[in-house]
Amino acid sequence: MTFLLAFLIGGALCLIAQLVMDLTRLTPAHILVGAVVLGVILGGVGVYEPLAKVAGAGATIPLPGFGYSMITGLIQEIPKEGWVAIFSGAFKATGAGIKAALIFGILASFFVRARA
Amino acid sequence: MDKAEYQKRARQVEPPRPVARNALFAFLVGGAICLIGQGVQTALLALGYSTETAKAPTAVFMVFLGAVFTATGLYDQLTKFAGMGASLPITGFANAVVAPAIEFKNEGAVMGTGARIFQVAGPVIAFGLLSAFVVGVVRFALQGVWP
Amino acid sequence: MSVQEVALAGRGHLTFSHPPVLTGWATVAGKKETEGPLGRKFDRIVRDEAMGERTYERAERQLLKGAVELLLSIEGHHATDVDLMFAGDLLDQLVTANFAARDIGIPLVGVYGACATSSEAILLAAMAVASGAARRAVAATASHHLSAERQYRYPIELGVQRLPTSQWTATGGAAFMVEDGTKEPSGKAPSRNDSKALRITCATVGRVQDYGLKDPNNMGAAMAPAAADTILRHLLGSGRRVEDYDLILTGDLGRIGHPLLEDLLAEERIHPKERLQDAGIRLYSEDQNVDAGGSGAACSALVMGAMVLPSMRKGELRRVLLVATGSLHSPRTYQQGESIPTIAHAVEVEAVE
Repeated sequence: MTFLLAFLIGGALCLIAQLVMDLTRLTPAHILVGAVVLGVILGGVGVYEPLAKVAGAGATIPLPGFGYSMITGLIQEIPKEGWVAIFSGAFKATGAGIKAALIFGILASFFVRARA
Repeated sequence: MDKAEYQKRARQVEPPRPVARNALFAFLVGGAICLIGQGVQTALLALGYSTETAKAPTAVFMVFLGAVFTATGLYDQLTKFAGMGASLPITGFANAVVAPAIEFKNEGAVMGTGARIFQVAGPVIAFGLLSAFVVGVVRFALQGVWP
Repeated sequence: MSVQEVALAGRGHLTFSHPPVLTGWATVAGKKETEGPLGRKFDRIVRDEAMGERTYERAERQLLKGAVELLLSIEGHHATDVDLMFAGDLLDQLVTANFAARDIGIPLVGVYGACATSSEAILLAAMAVASGAARRAVAATASHHLSAERQYRYPIELGVQRLPTSQWTATGGAAFMVEDGTKEPSGKAPSRNDSKALRITCATVGRVQDYGLKDPNNMGAAMAPAAADTILRHLLGSGRRVEDYDLILTGDLGRIGHPLLEDLLAEERIHPKERLQDAGIRLYSEDQNVDAGGSGAACSALVMGAMVLPSMRKGELRRVLLVATGSLHSPRTYQQGESIPTIAHAVEVEAVE
């Protein structure tokens, strides 16, 4: 069941993003920025969490899930760290993904050349 | 034809984007990538990770997959027909970091790869963090009022 | 056209009383270009997109240099026999033309006209020869799909969906030799007994047009008004009608810009019909995933050198108007929200015995 929901919800989020892009003619960069900001806002008001519970990776793998991780990480840090969490919290939760991309990117650049 | 009329005419002759086909492929490919993510997460849970501790390693593994497909030149091919189905998942984020890293190696490791690695992903991180800051301030101010 | 515009039309139109002669040309094309309808007509084919070079920018230089060297060898000339070279490309500060000329050694005039470079360079070479400033001049241009992607769009490996309005920057290079028509050709070129002489009789320098279009993924629509303006001014300046031409070759309006140009000309009650062709449509076939068609400095140059000029030499086409079109924006002006200024230059070529 989780697998089915992950597929359906994850696919639906991508479908919505594609529709918005094709119908508004915004660039992919604008869509991606919009998606992460939306994830932060929905996460902040507590709407994204139920979705993540139901859809699992279907909600956390797409970019709004990245925004959701940023804000939930931040909110969880507030009781422990106080106001500093506003600055430190978001990176803690998403650092692994960002750093992994950076490391793999730099490693790939040593060995690979771009081609058509 | 004045400029306004010409712009209108130019929009008329523009072929329509294949909206339905794009949406379908975005759904299928995006869903499939999330399915793989769910598989990774489930496997980690079986290895004794909790839902909470499985998050980071799942992200790392998916980023690794995105990086491999980018380095082998397959990810941009996938995105050509899947659009947001390939761009929106975290594997697309990996593609957005790895592609410029490879691209700008010719301009040097520091001024090329290093300086431009976030050319595409930078805006996502920047505005994600900015909005998290704003929402974080609100949540901080509402401590005790809103759980 | 308004009265004012008709008055302006005379300016920028050049008639050559001693028409210079297009004596030779050479084309170098990439793999995708050779898989198109003009496939076997290119003089040299390059299968490796990097051409054994470290960067695609260096590969693009090889395309331009290769075309010029091939032209010299076909015509039996050395670089020292050529007085001037007019060359341009799309990269940065004309690095392709400038760096290639460093190796070639012919005195260089760098030319920027974006995808209109081909006809602009031929026009300038004809002016130089007609004025007596040069006895023999070369016009050359090149573009490379991957170096253009890097400069104008996204990193190559970044996944981005192409749009139906997108055009495909051609990989290739082309060079043209323009010589004084009053003297006997001095080169060792084999005298082609079947061939006609191709005279450049007149030309029209384009005016920059801007109809307020801003989408860099739809350059054909932005460029069509420039092509229309130049064609109308050329007809007014030369006193000819469209029916006097066997072919009017625009480049690279593609499948969107081409019908828009027909609309703009129809408003002036000009109906060129089948004689109006576009290089962006001719270079690739529809199943090659190039969406709206080809583009890039090499696109119109390749179609001229592989299709139009050889047909003229054989006598299949008598009078042709070459109208290459260019978008004069940069990634920076686009990001700053500016619209796309465009230009087109016309060169009239006539085949004579």
